[in-house]
Amino acid sequence: MALDDIYKEVILDHYKSPRNKREMPEAELTCSKNNPLCGDEISVFVHQEDGKIAAVVITGSGCSISQSSASMMTEAVEGRALDEANAMAAEFRGMMAGEIEPDENEFGDLIALKGVVKYPIRIKCAVLAWDVLQEALEGADGEATGAAARG
Amino acid sequence: MSVTEERAPSALDVARIREDFPILARAVDGRPMVYLDSAATSQKPRRVIEAERDFYERHNANVHRGIYTLSEEATDLYERARATLASFVGAPEPETVVYTRGTTESINLVAHGWGRRFLREGDEILITDMEHHSNIVPWQLCARATGATLRYIGLTDDGLLDLSDLGSLLTERTKILSVTGMSNALGTITPLRQLVDAAHAVGAVVCVDGAQLVPHHPVNVAVLDAEFLAFSGHKMLGPTASGGLYGKREVLEQMDPFLGGGEMILEVHRDRATWKDIPYKFEAGTMNIAQEVGLAAAVDYLQALGMENVRAYEEELTAYALDLLIEAGARIIGPKDVSVRGGEISFWYKEIHPHDLATILNEEGVAIRAGHHCAQLVMRRYGVPATARASLYVYNTKEEVDRLVEALAKAEDLFAF
Repeated sequence: MALDDIYKEVILDHYKSPRNKREMPEAELTCSKNNPLCGDEISVFVHQEDGKIAAVVITGSGCSISQSSASMMTEAVEGRALDEANAMAAEFRGMMAGEIEPDENEFGDLIALKGVVKYPIRIKCAVLAWDVLQEALEGADGEATGAAARG
Repeated sequence: MSVTEERAPSALDVARIREDFPILARAVDGRPMVYLDSAATSQKPRRVIEAERDFYERHNANVHRGIYTLSEEATDLYERARATLASFVGAPEPETVVYTRGTTESINLVAHGWGRRFLREGDEILITDMEHHSNIVPWQLCARATGATLRYIGLTDDGLLDLSDLGSLLTERTKILSVTGMSNALGTITPLRQLVDAAHAVGAVVCVDGAQLVPHHPVNVAVLDAEFLAFSGHKMLGPTASGGLYGKREVLEQMDPFLGGGEMILEVHRDRATWKDIPYKFEAGTMNIAQEVGLAAAVDYLQALGMENVRAYEEELTAYALDLLIEAGARIIGPKDVSVRGGEISFWYKEIHPHDLATILNEEGVAIRAGHHCAQLVMRRYGVPATARASLYVYNTKEEVDRLVEALAKAEDLFAF
């Protein structure tokens, strides 16, 4: 149970003091999604350089799980190659499905969300940010998408 | 002023009632469970569980078919259950109660069997912004299929139907008014008497969504005079997939069947079929036999308590809960006057997202609902994505309300910014 409490602290820390939470209108890759079931909203803005995520920021509102997950995600994927970020998204989904035990060093704070697995109805809250990120990254292959085009 | 003032103590022995519900003795993570989600589904007394078990162990057979003792017993139990249900809602004739899996199926039955039969372009269907999705979507589908127009009665800031504009919404174009008797998302009890009279004055029929009203409030269709009353067994101590639709005899008789299939026909030819009389023309295929038998046991249980007593106790408990929640700083979404509301209490607490609140409360053994409660129009009207909802029933206690409020304090400690 003590472990749960540490997780809780990490989640609440990201919820109360979200990292990289602002708009980035000049970002070439963006996407917004909401979860109509609970009203969680997340927008992701990505600036890419040489196939890497040079900067990633988020905006949004919702429950602690959705918003902390988004905050943690920005820290986890910044500086990574786009395909690396996509692989991480797959790994995160695997963790939330209870199928993968991810590398703690690699995953950092994201590990804290593992405890959400026992609340199946809230897994979609945790995964929302990654859905938004991946959809934003899809724009990288073809033409860049603007905030006005998506959203 | 406290809303609990001048309220007579209840006639019910709730401690004894609780002993009839085996599940209420269980713990969650080592803590006694506090179940505050009866608006979603109620718990079942031993008598209901035993009635279903007894049916399967001693009388199980298909009904209205077999020429043998078991089938006759099953048919007898099934039809006696219908008479029990009919008498519970004040229907003078058992055959005016059609078995369904619950309110959703009942309203869909009305929207198909009555709506698609009688509605035309230019006709209007009137519902309200307070409705559960099960009293919205069937009418949207019906409107699309018939060309009829769907209109809505709005809501006031304090969670009541806004009837100031009723005269322009309810006109001779209105062919049906379908309205909840008690809102699952706000708790509001609607002024059915006034609505039925106003609808009848323009020649419209009335369908009442009784999913929340029937389990918690005395209802008499003979007095209410609505054409339809839909209700769910599982919200009134009965099994899941039990429930029914009351309809006035002449209206049911004019309607088309809903589902076609076995048991609902008289004769089948290559090019046509003829139907049985009511209620059987609406009961296609093998029905929810054991569940309706179980529901009759639930109704017997409620009648032994007395629905007036159930309502009085819940009014007292709701007043207690509202007082405590408001004192603790909760924002109530819905009316605060217990005379016009039931025990479905929607709230926000200290800006903590309802999903977070429900998760933290669960850790304290307190089960509440968080979400839009299948009432997105209500959420939109009050500018919230979701609410936390604690809903009360006859087995809940003031001590459990205290546990809820204590758990809220823990959530606040955790989430305080």
